[in-house]
Amino acid sequence: MVEGEIKLLGTWPSPFAIRVKMVLEQKGLSYEYLEDDLLNKSELLLKHNPIYKKVPVLIHGDRAICESLVILQYIDENWSKTGLPVLPVDPYERAIARFWATYVDDKLVTSFIGILKATTEEAKAQKIADTHTALELLEGAFKKCSAGKDFFGGDSIGYIDVTLGSCLAWIKAAERISGAKLLDETKVPLLMEWVNRFLATDCAKRTLPDVERVEKYGRNLQVTTWNVVPAK
Amino acid sequence: MAGSGTSDVKLLGAWASPYVVRARIALNLKEVQYEFLEEQFGTKSELLLKSNPIYKKIPVLIHDEKPVCESMIIVQYIDDVWINSGPALMPADAYDRALQRFWTVYVDDKFVPSLFGIMRSPTEEAKAEAKEQALASLQLLEEAFGKISKGKPFFGGDTIGYLDIALGSFLGWMKAFEEMNGFKLLDDTKTPLLCAWADNFCNNEVVGAVIPETAKLVELAKVMQARYKSAPPAN
Repeated sequence: MVEGEIKLLGTWPSPFAIRVKMVLEQKGLSYEYLEDDLLNKSELLLKHNPIYKKVPVLIHGDRAICESLVILQYIDENWSKTGLPVLPVDPYERAIARFWATYVDDKLVTSFIGILKATTEEAKAQKIADTHTALELLEGAFKKCSAGKDFFGGDSIGYIDVTLGSCLAWIKAAERISGAKLLDETKVPLLMEWVNRFLATDCAKRTLPDVERVEKYGRNLQVTTWNVVPAK
Repeated sequence: MAGSGTSDVKLLGAWASPYVVRARIALNLKEVQYEFLEEQFGTKSELLLKSNPIYKKIPVLIHDEKPVCESMIIVQYIDDVWINSGPALMPADAYDRALQRFWTVYVDDKFVPSLFGIMRSPTEEAKAEAKEQALASLQLLEEAFGKISKGKPFFGGDTIGYLDIALGSFLGWMKAFEEMNGFKLLDDTKTPLLCAWADNFCNNEVVGAVIPETAKLVELAKVMQARYKSAPPAN
């Protein structure tokens, strides 16, 4: 294990930065959090992530690691003897965890952000349907991965828990902004139980922003960046 | 243990897919016996639809009847399971592993779309832009190679590793596009390290056995291009 100061460059609403915070919390690691400004990116961000110029970036000593899922695995592997493992130990379970984490980013995130970006009712309805589909598949994934336990990771919060959990403020904000029910206990009952359990954890309470704040931020993006005319 | 040596491991794939090549290189490096089940171009078998219901794509590794999907997840799985066979595909150090993963994400997110953009572009202008983006990506990968290889022949050091497999599996298609378009993607003057790397990679006997022949890919590319040109414009 390599020692050294840990810094996390992030922005408060970014689920990608939030999930890194969650894992650092889970591992009990102390770090300095540096809030970046996407409209005025810091020197530190541009220096350490010249390729994508995005948050999060983990700076550990003289190392910079970019891409949230790469960062999560780095933390898990570098601090493998600290706290609980984030990824499962069994190779097949690891493959499944990696699969679903990628699925969350490729399909779920694009769907719920797509609801907010939609400029027509048709497009919005499609994205709402896509979000429901993704959540239903994740319901199935939860059933298999949790094997009757509290989290995707079993007894403790794991890789899929933080990847999906870091999106919860945005999903709830998207519900408020769009008026559509996304987390529906009649369609995804197990997932809803997991959502409530997860939100009650210290890990979630310390890292997730208030839904109202995300809602306001999202509504602002709709007007200023996404050219979406807000519904009356 | 169920079944004989070969029937324990199956790989659903197709000869031309670079994503499938990734899985095959990893299996071969680890000396794993497996049954290769070839999907027919344009159709999806029952087994594929059952094993990968979410994406319905190849490759799918089926190990003791349990499916693993997504090419680089498969490569990591192979490295995790057959840990005592063949070279380690991932380095030992956590930061070196992070670099392998970061650049693999880059290959899939930035390099591959621009590479296939060369074939799919409907106009000469769009094709030229795709080519420029592909070249720019390769320039960044050239610099990355300089740092990561630490003077050795591969991104993985002395032996082929995770990132070598991620990028190298596209060399067949890169050569096909070079031939079809009369330009160079890897160039001795601009990307000398990657040129040397590409030679080392393709000359490796494990790799040589599964990288598709350039001539066959060129033929296939022509068929695919005709389909893109005749397809109605997307809404």
